[in-house]
Amino acid sequence: MSDTLANTNNLKSSDNREKKDISIVIIDYGAGNIQSIKFAIQRLGAQALLSNDAEIIKAADKVIFPGVGEASSAMEKLIATGLDKVIPQLKQPVLGICLGMQLMCNYSQEGHTKGLGIFDVDVLKFSNKVKVPQIGWNTLTNLKSELFSGIKNEEYMYLVHSYYAPLCDDTIAITNYDIEYSSALKKDNFYGVQFHPEKSSTAGEILLKNFLEL
Amino acid sequence: MLTKRIIPCLDIKNGRTVKGVNFIDLRDAGDPVELAALYAKNGADELVFLDISATEERRKTLADLVLHVSEKVNIPFTVGGGISSVEDVDILLKCGADKVSINSSAVKNPELINKLSAKFGSQCVVVAIDAKQIDGNWKVHLVGGKVPTELDLFEWAKEVEKRGAGEILFTSMDHDGTKNGFANKALAKLSTELNIPIIASGGAGNNQHFIDTFVEGKSDAALAASVFHFKEIEINDLKAELKAHDIPVRL
Repeated sequence: MSDTLANTNNLKSSDNREKKDISIVIIDYGAGNIQSIKFAIQRLGAQALLSNDAEIIKAADKVIFPGVGEASSAMEKLIATGLDKVIPQLKQPVLGICLGMQLMCNYSQEGHTKGLGIFDVDVLKFSNKVKVPQIGWNTLTNLKSELFSGIKNEEYMYLVHSYYAPLCDDTIAITNYDIEYSSALKKDNFYGVQFHPEKSSTAGEILLKNFLEL
Repeated sequence: MLTKRIIPCLDIKNGRTVKGVNFIDLRDAGDPVELAALYAKNGADELVFLDISATEERRKTLADLVLHVSEKVNIPFTVGGGISSVEDVDILLKCGADKVSINSSAVKNPELINKLSAKFGSQCVVVAIDAKQIDGNWKVHLVGGKVPTELDLFEWAKEVEKRGAGEILFTSMDHDGTKNGFANKALAKLSTELNIPIIASGGAGNNQHFIDTFVEGKSDAALAASVFHFKEIEINDLKAELKAHDIPVRL
């Protein structure tokens, strides 16, 4: 979308200066439904810029790392653009969503690909004991981060995935499907959520707002 | 626990909802975006937009609609109707659709399922199957159930799963419009024999029908149109009743 840069530049003249002044970049590397995330940010009264430019990403206050699709081909796209080196070095709050979160792990069984190695855990496939993909609304428990401020234990979020991150030291939310797994991860300035906050109704909006206010 | 989903379906023609809707609290009941936002607010878990336009401009009109829905609605939605190529899907997903649903084009060109799931991931590929019973056998039908094929429902369903469909939306033409309940025997067989989610469609008339399709039909989600549009069933009331029957729902 070519209007995004213009939107971001226009923010300073806006009334709601405090919230809109934050520069939010959604990493656009050709993997996923980024339009929905951009609109979700917009519904919160802010604007996000879509970019795959390392300098713009590094300069942002908040970075959102989306992803939908297959892990190894998404990872190849990151490597082709050099973003695989950029993302792990970011110092500002970074939010990986769905496949974005999975790519922030060490490795994914999907296409047997190496990940960015931010979260020290390997992504595995759900067993045949359950329907795969998991599609729908499931609960989050054991919430352990300011990302979940104002979100109640057992809140529902919308998930669509066939692979999952097992429980580990970085787990900040747990969901049960087949087994208990990490529906959110955190390490330093890096956050990852398996669910889609941009599609998770009011609860998802609270989470995105929390992230923007970090 | 993963919940069962309630999915209102909106029929769209030239960017407007077509099935008569009876929402006094809507400024414009023909505006799919406004209707979608209201459903999202009232507890719908997902939405399906089924485009039935037949004009030259339909692709652009639909893409515009998807963009507007994506802008306003904070729950997932699927778009179906006349989608027959990778390019069609690319545009709709880029405009913000979460999933697309293909029907006749999958039967005519099954390879399309493989191509879509390889390029976009199986999570966004819903294969819609319309079927009715002929001499006791479930046969797949095309063109909204008008044209019979030789395909057996269960064999076709297994094939679409194998080719990479992420979900099946099964409409029983024998039940659609009857308000006598969903095709639970066939649904249970699909749900047991396949390992992807099954959405039940056709036959919703009252709350009990939803309870039955989740319990007896083992459905993962249930779709309906007129009972929601005409407020014969309020989604929040329906979900409260499902919960009272120990069926997991998001409330």
